[in-house]
Amino acid sequence: MDLQTLWFAAVAVLWTGFLLLEGFDFGVAALLPVLGRRTADRHLMLRTIGPVWDGNEVWLITATGAVFAAFPGWYATWLPALYLPFVVVLLGLIVRAVAFEWRHGSHDPRWDAAWTRVITGGSLVAAAGIGAALGATTLGLPIDGDGTRVGGAFAGLGWSSLLGAVAVVAYSLVHGALFLALKTDGPLRLRARAFALRWSPLGAVPLLAWAGLVQLRSGTLVTGLLWLVAALAVVVTWTRVRLDREGQAFAGWATVLLASAATLFGAAYPVVVPSTIDPAFDVTIAQASVSDYTLTVMTWVAAVGLPVVLAYQAWTYWVFRRRLTAEPEHDDAPAQVAA
Amino acid sequence: MDVLDLDVLDIARWQFGITTVYHFLMVPLTIGLGILVAVMHTMWVRTGKPEWLRMTRFWGRIYLVNFVLGVATGLVQEFQFGLAWSEYSRFVGDVFGSLLALEALLAFFLESTFLGLWIFGWGRIPKKLHLASLWAAVAGSIVSAYFIIAANSWMQHPVGVVVGEDGRPQQVDFLAVLTNNTALAAFSHAVVAALVVAGALLVGIGLWQLRRRTLAGRSTTDVDQSVWRRSVRLGGFVSLAAFVLVAVTGDWQGKLMYQQQPLKMSSAEALCETEAPAPFSVFAWAKLGSNECDDVHSYTVPGLLSFLAHGDFSTAVPGVDELQEQYSEVYGETYPDDPSFGDRAGQPIDYTPVLAVTYWSFRLMIGMGAVSAGVAAYALWSTRRGRVPTSRIGVYGSLLAVGAPFVANATGWVFTEMGRQPFVVHPNPDVPVGEQVYFFTAQAVSPGIGAAEVWTSLVSLTLLYGALAVVELFLVTRLVRRGVTTGDTTPTPPAVGSDRSHGDDDGRPDADRADDDVLSFAY
Repeated sequence: MDLQTLWFAAVAVLWTGFLLLEGFDFGVAALLPVLGRRTADRHLMLRTIGPVWDGNEVWLITATGAVFAAFPGWYATWLPALYLPFVVVLLGLIVRAVAFEWRHGSHDPRWDAAWTRVITGGSLVAAAGIGAALGATTLGLPIDGDGTRVGGAFAGLGWSSLLGAVAVVAYSLVHGALFLALKTDGPLRLRARAFALRWSPLGAVPLLAWAGLVQLRSGTLVTGLLWLVAALAVVVTWTRVRLDREGQAFAGWATVLLASAATLFGAAYPVVVPSTIDPAFDVTIAQASVSDYTLTVMTWVAAVGLPVVLAYQAWTYWVFRRRLTAEPEHDDAPAQVAA
Repeated sequence: MDVLDLDVLDIARWQFGITTVYHFLMVPLTIGLGILVAVMHTMWVRTGKPEWLRMTRFWGRIYLVNFVLGVATGLVQEFQFGLAWSEYSRFVGDVFGSLLALEALLAFFLESTFLGLWIFGWGRIPKKLHLASLWAAVAGSIVSAYFIIAANSWMQHPVGVVVGEDGRPQQVDFLAVLTNNTALAAFSHAVVAALVVAGALLVGIGLWQLRRRTLAGRSTTDVDQSVWRRSVRLGGFVSLAAFVLVAVTGDWQGKLMYQQQPLKMSSAEALCETEAPAPFSVFAWAKLGSNECDDVHSYTVPGLLSFLAHGDFSTAVPGVDELQEQYSEVYGETYPDDPSFGDRAGQPIDYTPVLAVTYWSFRLMIGMGAVSAGVAAYALWSTRRGRVPTSRIGVYGSLLAVGAPFVANATGWVFTEMGRQPFVVHPNPDVPVGEQVYFFTAQAVSPGIGAAEVWTSLVSLTLLYGALAVVELFLVTRLVRRGVTTGDTTPTPPAVGSDRSHGDDDGRPDADRADDDVLSFAY
């Protein structure tokens, strides 16, 4: 395997890791008004993702950084072509991040409620925006032979971005519910499980449709089989939720994403940005990549650094592995009283 | 000039300037305060004294409120190279992108993962491991600063590359990029400057609390009083020591700049004519809006500039006019007549940065840094041998002066970046002229995006940043007024042993007292 292919795979793994990990914290945040009936429930939901959301988000930074580092031609074509959606993603991610940490800054319930809405809104906007950007990218952008977008600010957006947005949001909602079913106890666990049972079959449809379209355009036999794995994993997930096996259901749902993403990236390879104007303008990994020297250096650093990162991230999940329950005395009465 | 006449390049530059300076208000505080909170936490683990725990938790909260805004605004930084500066990204991809990716891989994961462990790990993981988590997060911030400064320094002084066949820089020596002398100087300067910021915060807030409590009749020996006294003393010493190092590293950086970007340094001094010995300017003024050297008048100290540039009092320092001519000869009098330069194709190039900006940002940087040092000295003097300062002016002045090092940091960056114009990648003078790598800012902007798009992002980001600044100030003010809370008086959070005794992964609810503690701490 040449270095370009290796780094294409690395970028695919990073984006998939981001969608898998941040997917559940997007989902938990989006479900706050749905599953969090009482203040204590919302509190509890946020505690399940509190220690990990920031680490999850670094996957996005690393995924984007890796695109820039390994394929600047991809980065420089892709971001300006989808300028406004990416700005919306950034705005969503910014308000969401500060809301996580700032919502306890005052003991006014309205303050708390307002920031909780910001977390939900920001997460939904960010998830939808990233989905829109990925959807439009995998299904084609109007770029010319220089990699420049043709046709104005909204030229990159269309049904493909809508499909991507719906796919990421729908996947995340079920993912978040399954995560809550796994991480909490009491009534919240039951509600989360019921939500996952009801919505998991439907939640995978847009994602499968998106991967299926890319598969039909440029897939191979292997990516076709991966697509089938993704579809089967939906069935597995649903039956596992029914049997109240939350761990297995969560793993099943994760497989839906892993297999779909593998289909998407595998079927697109070696094109990273297909052009809707002319297939001759497609940006491929060979055109977009940096020199072999730089790729070699990065490969060595990543080979040493990545296992360490994975080890300590896994360890964090282990430290915070126990189920959480809401404590009745927490309801509307935070631990400390303002001086 | 009518703002609506700004083209994509100008708007994108404003956007970069606003978002970067704003982000950089958070960064020094995150680095500096992170180090100091980690020191406090270490002292608590070593001595067991409750004051250190209270300090850790009080300053730790302020650290966290600020940290998250730094993270959130940092996201914009990574994306905007691609969004508004795609031609820049294409051009420097072989070097610049890998530094950003390494920053994410080696620093951001460390920072975010271990900070999460620190926030939620009180009483849940062994004490020393918990302390180590904070140090790991702080190390992450410092490593991150290193990579980003290495990337920036490469733009100031490109090393480790040759011009490739396609005219773009091709990396040949990664180690040279990492050990760029420009990067080493700038990194050490930035880290010690971050400590000045944190020290000034400890001093300003500490003095205010100390005086307030004393006037309210609190005993000078009670434990909270000791928290504020220690904060002031620690902050004062750190700030003063760091200021000395700021001067040393700044001098090093200045000398490098005279070799690498002489025009930047001459315009920092508004030194128009080449002079030997060259004088140091104390105050200069010029015709409003003029960038002509003839309009500049300056009060000077003879010979000092020669010393700052070369270490002696007699060597010539080239002036702006002469350098402008030299640059024009080597890099052209006009931009190439090429569509990639947009409206600027074929137009004359002004190699002189905006003199008013470089001159005054340089002076503000030094002046505001000196204010911090003065305040630190005052704080140490006024709290010597158990004294409590009662001077209203002194204490409120110190509180106000918390802002000084922020201004110094921001203007330092404005100077560094604006002084490099019209280049985004400044040529390295150690490389023979024909083999130099350089790139004009006018070439760097994304083609194909419209002014409306960049206006949209500029306005929405600026409004959001403004609103977030108001909320952050509100939260910090609240925390400061509240002081050390009752939650912090528990000398030890629940022991780890009791937590573990719940048994392992048995699905049992995790409802120990540590959670109260966590929440009162983190938020």
